[in-house]
Amino acid sequence: MATLTPAAAGHTTSEADNSKKRRPAAARRQGSGAWRWVVLLIAGLYFLLPLYAALRFAGLSGFGDVFTTPGFGSSLWLSIRLAAVTWVITLALMIPTTVYVHLRMPRMRRLLEGVTILPIVIPPVVLIIGVLQVAPLALRASMWLLGLEYVILALPFAYRAIDAGLRAIDVKTLTDAAGSLGAGWFVTIWRVILPNMRTAVLSATILIVALVLGEFTMASLDLQQTFPVWIVLFDQENAQISVAASIFALFVTWIFLMLITVIATRQSRRSGGGEVTLFTVAPRETIGN
Amino acid sequence: MTAKANEKANEPETTAVVHASRAAASGPREGTPVSLRNLTRAFGATKALDGMSLDIAPGELVALLGPSGCGKTTALRIVAGFEFADSGEVLVGGSDVSGVPASRRDMGMVFQSYSLFPNMNALDNVAFGLRMRKTAATRRRQRAAELLDMVGLAPQAKQFPHQLSGGQQQRVALARALAIEPRVLLLDEPLSALDAKVRLQLREQIRSLQQRLGTTTIFVTHDQEEALSMADRVGVMRSGKLEQVAEPSELYHRPATAFVAEFVGTMNRLPGDLAAGGGTVTVLGSTVPVHDGGPTSGPVDVLVRPEAMTVAPAEGGNGIVTGRTFLGGTTRVAVLLSGDTEVRVDVPSGTAPPMLPGTAVQVGLPAAPVLAAPREP
Repeated sequence: MATLTPAAAGHTTSEADNSKKRRPAAARRQGSGAWRWVVLLIAGLYFLLPLYAALRFAGLSGFGDVFTTPGFGSSLWLSIRLAAVTWVITLALMIPTTVYVHLRMPRMRRLLEGVTILPIVIPPVVLIIGVLQVAPLALRASMWLLGLEYVILALPFAYRAIDAGLRAIDVKTLTDAAGSLGAGWFVTIWRVILPNMRTAVLSATILIVALVLGEFTMASLDLQQTFPVWIVLFDQENAQISVAASIFALFVTWIFLMLITVIATRQSRRSGGGEVTLFTVAPRETIGN
Repeated sequence: MTAKANEKANEPETTAVVHASRAAASGPREGTPVSLRNLTRAFGATKALDGMSLDIAPGELVALLGPSGCGKTTALRIVAGFEFADSGEVLVGGSDVSGVPASRRDMGMVFQSYSLFPNMNALDNVAFGLRMRKTAATRRRQRAAELLDMVGLAPQAKQFPHQLSGGQQQRVALARALAIEPRVLLLDEPLSALDAKVRLQLREQIRSLQQRLGTTTIFVTHDQEEALSMADRVGVMRSGKLEQVAEPSELYHRPATAFVAEFVGTMNRLPGDLAAGGGTVTVLGSTVPVHDGGPTSGPVDVLVRPEAMTVAPAEGGNGIVTGRTFLGGTTRVAVLLSGDTEVRVDVPSGTAPPMLPGTAVQVGLPAAPVLAAPREP
């Protein structure tokens, strides 16, 4: 019991500090209140009007039929599997690489950043046509090729998220400390580095999942009927159901992302980190004396 | 010898030491001797270490003192196994550890920047090294709790690093480094990120713990006061070499070189005339003996501590007071001598006659031997 009290006390003081910090910011915000609503309204209309239109068009019947439509389940399942494959390969590739570059070759960081931005600069059409030219037939016929292509597409996002996560911690000191205490390379990454960049890994996850669940060009050219491809194909047969499926997909993705964000933020707060958002990892609170 | 062979050769030795230290964990134990032999390390064209050698006795605390870039941190990191020397060897307990990876060296290290694992609470941080050594969960928790208690942080066991102050974090880091009962404790400027008051407390705590446990310790710092107050011996480093290794009082009173003299404490530089042969020097009108080892010819500066000089008001004296600093027991008087040399002289605060800026004074030198150095332009 005695050991618990200081922890609890520490918690309440930090909350009190927070509310103190918040007050002046809130006062400042009140002045620009009107503008805030205007901006919110414009942004809201921009996003919600098309959604509303889609909902009107699909109608309630569309939503009832969408789950029983042939191809719905299989294409959604394919997309989920692709997301999982992409996630595993990308993280397994990028986490050790980025940690290594941070520790041993900090000058290569620029180069790596440049290389990982290529998939954004080069249009997916160009990428997939190039890949299809050279990929062996066996690979071309399987979903694995698409998974590997998605890894390339995911690199920029994964790299940036992981890099931001590593910048937020003192990788070198933590690695040295773990080493001097007897930890080898794998243990250091698994027990010390990874747990402290959980936020970054979750950010990367969010981005990868969102990317794979929404990608159309590559999947379509690779002749894989992923969920987005199915939606477009089915659109010619029954536009209402197709639109309903899109809204459903949007909703599922949204729920999924919200869930990850909430969990990640909660865990990050516990060890003193900040809020988790899609592109940024909020820096840890600075430590005073 | 290849790294692997070396590692194997060292293994039985390492485990033997660990067992021995465990058996004696309750009382003070024999520390491990450490020797650095002719270490060299170059980063590109700059030589971080240039043939550095140092022998550290079991249980001794040696401070490596020097300006930034003098190689002191490189030396420490080579001992820790984070860096590798181009040539030379590190002997711990008599055997060369050059090929042994950091994780097998049994050395506890406290870093300058906060190094606690943010995802673990204080107790788990301290227990980490024992966990790596596969100590049973109950035993390691008990041991970690003991160590936290030893650094006075038992109530903070469940707190995460971000809930601890800087001083508390460094104390947890110290407990974590000591938990593995290291053969050598390495301290890499552990106090420099802390504010003055915490630094002073922690300095004493580290020293008393180190003496109680008898752990051989290397302490790297750029703060001469820290080095002089904590260490059994201080090694002053300059461009990859040790200029002098000596006990604090000897370092202060008998500096071997001008660099050491001016880096440790405050030093006055006065132009002097060396007698033929170099045995004596004439400075401020008096002729005093010169310590051996200095230059024997050419223009020289004489190095004198502020407390080794005298100053008294005198009409037509050799200097004029330009300022005074009250330092508690003593007052430091700045005097501009004829010839444009400025010196600082310490006088007892209570008895000193008031010497306001502008007062004409006579600055004198007692007949004790002085250190001479080649004159700086």
